[in-house]
Amino acid sequence: MKRVPPVMRLLAVAGAASLVLTACGGSDDKDGGSPSGGELKLAFIGAQTGPNAQLGINISNGVELAIAQYNATNPAKKVTLAKYDTKGDPAAAPAQADTLIEAEPIGIIGPAFSGESKAVVPKFEEAKIPSISPSATSTKLAANGWKYWHRVITNDDSQGAEDAKAILTQLKAKSVFLVDDNEEYSIGLAGKFVEAIKAGGVTPGTDKIDPNANDYSSTINKIKAAKPDVVFFAGYYAAGGKLLKQMRDGGVTAKFFSDDGALDQGLIDAAGAKQAEGAIISCACQSVNPTADNPAVGKFITDYKAKFNADQGTYSAEGFDVANIYLEGIKAGNDTPEKLNEYLKTVNVKGISKPIKFTETGEIEDKSIFYFLVKSGKLEFVGAADKIAS
Amino acid sequence: MFDDFTSSFWANTIDGMTVGSIYALVALGYTMVYGVLRLINFAHSEIFMIGTFGALATMQITGINGPFTGFALVAVLLLCLAGSMLASGGAAVALERIAYRPLRKRGASRLAALISAIGASLFLQELFATVIIPKWFAHGRGRDTLGLAQAGGEPRRLMDKEVLFSIGSGDVRNDKVLIIVAALAMMIILQLFVTRSKLGRGIRATAQDPETAVLLGVNIDRIVVVTFLIGGLMAGAAAFFFLLFYEVTSYFIGFILGIKAFTAAVLGGIGNLKGALVGGFTLGLVENYGASIFGSEWKDVIAFTILVIVLMFRPTGILGESLQRARA
Repeated sequence: MKRVPPVMRLLAVAGAASLVLTACGGSDDKDGGSPSGGELKLAFIGAQTGPNAQLGINISNGVELAIAQYNATNPAKKVTLAKYDTKGDPAAAPAQADTLIEAEPIGIIGPAFSGESKAVVPKFEEAKIPSISPSATSTKLAANGWKYWHRVITNDDSQGAEDAKAILTQLKAKSVFLVDDNEEYSIGLAGKFVEAIKAGGVTPGTDKIDPNANDYSSTINKIKAAKPDVVFFAGYYAAGGKLLKQMRDGGVTAKFFSDDGALDQGLIDAAGAKQAEGAIISCACQSVNPTADNPAVGKFITDYKAKFNADQGTYSAEGFDVANIYLEGIKAGNDTPEKLNEYLKTVNVKGISKPIKFTETGEIEDKSIFYFLVKSGKLEFVGAADKIAS
Repeated sequence: MFDDFTSSFWANTIDGMTVGSIYALVALGYTMVYGVLRLINFAHSEIFMIGTFGALATMQITGINGPFTGFALVAVLLLCLAGSMLASGGAAVALERIAYRPLRKRGASRLAALISAIGASLFLQELFATVIIPKWFAHGRGRDTLGLAQAGGEPRRLMDKEVLFSIGSGDVRNDKVLIIVAALAMMIILQLFVTRSKLGRGIRATAQDPETAVLLGVNIDRIVVVTFLIGGLMAGAAAFFFLLFYEVTSYFIGFILGIKAFTAAVLGGIGNLKGALVGGFTLGLVENYGASIFGSEWKDVIAFTILVIVLMFRPTGILGESLQRARA
């Protein structure tokens, strides 16, 4: 017998063990997969841990709430939810997506971020499972010809252009400095922003930061040298908070303007209430708007608080809406991924976050952008762009 | 391109030195352990991380909340510094006991100790992320990055950051001066300890030739514990300065900083105490100058290119001399 080197044997054992582990991970029950069973499965894929986890948790909580409310009505087929944690990392997402596909859910909520969407949506297309992202905004995602992919948030083209317009017309800024955190989403948004603001006659200074780094002093020094009226940050809250903090400590008084990736209490927690005061954040969502003239919004806010003992946050309402779209489809008898995907073409609902109707490419028709202000350490909804100059 | 470099040269110099002092203090831990045991202690970045939480815990337990001035400030700073140094020093000693000593006693290869180090590093990160931070520090925010401004549920601030004076574009701020001066002072004290004291002589003897050192009556276990303790104390000091300066921490805060500090140690000459200082300052300055010329996204590329170039011409680092040959 040929002698197998010990290292190879060890590798073989490790390989076998990892196969077993992957097979067990993620999905909670194997037998409920077939549509003829008593239960139907939905899956959430997105960050549950990692530096920007709060956005993913907000979504999955919204989804859980919707499913719990649905199951409480004692439907013919109950719906279960399995969550797949990508850590928000495009490199970690494919393995999670494979496990997800093996569990054969009939609909997917997510992926939450743009980078991971680019990495895993092709897998879902191949498996022919419909997916709806509550939050991935990169414009390029819609250009892939995907047939099972949708999102309930408008893309960065609208956000970047609207933000540039708001900075020029509402804040009347003469000079602008753009910082991005080098993520898929941020680069797309920053590109669109630069295009729009240059069209408005302002050429911004630019720099990029590493979201994992802690020291942004070189960027701060560039900002100080440029003396801008507004600093626009394209990126997620983890890096945004650190940047904002160091900006203010470094004596930069320019207005801080950012986007939906930074729309989280985490931004203020990392920066400090005093430093974050007056920061303006845009979003294609208005999920924390308790003043909406829709009674379902108020009910959602109290139900969420009761279930999770925490206030709903960015994208919670989008997650809730997406889950409800699937649940309505299921209620109407669409119990396979294929039927559900066809059903999505007919969706035209009010939603608690926004009116939802999908276009041919899976984009949402509604393109409104809303603004939030940081006041005394809390995010406050202010509405359309004309309200931010106060 | 060069406009940014010239216009913010002094600002980048001061910031580079500040971050460089923190690199240098952390680099000491890598350098000392390497000098004595020929082991890269990859869990040292987590020792640093534990230090930031040590300082944070001190603030939470005592409930101190500034800003302070004068003697009160000095007392508070020393208290928090003691908190972070104790946490890091204690963790470093415990790490040596649990993760390295059993391996060393059984004569395991250095590779086994290296794996043990990586394992300990991941273990400590996840321990903080899943248990310690959510339970005692996060106040309902899970494992998110914690701002000092919000930690403990209420804003905490130790000192007001004031610009003392300016050199060109560079604002010399009180916290930066404090960090640079304190780091230099600690380095000098450590250098004196290693070169003048009896324990220091033991450390140098062990670094030079462990077997002969044992024959001459040096207690190796004691020397190794002291080495880890010193490395931990320095990392703890760095952790407190880091917290004072950036006012944020998280369970993975040590990761990038650990890599940078390790780089600084190699750049200056690993195993060499002065090398840690030179490497730390060089790395901090090169990063900031490079970022101002090419853009901050190139920061790490530039820093590591410089490292490779230095190692090509001086394979043992800038100073090159190792701990064993450090003389009084």
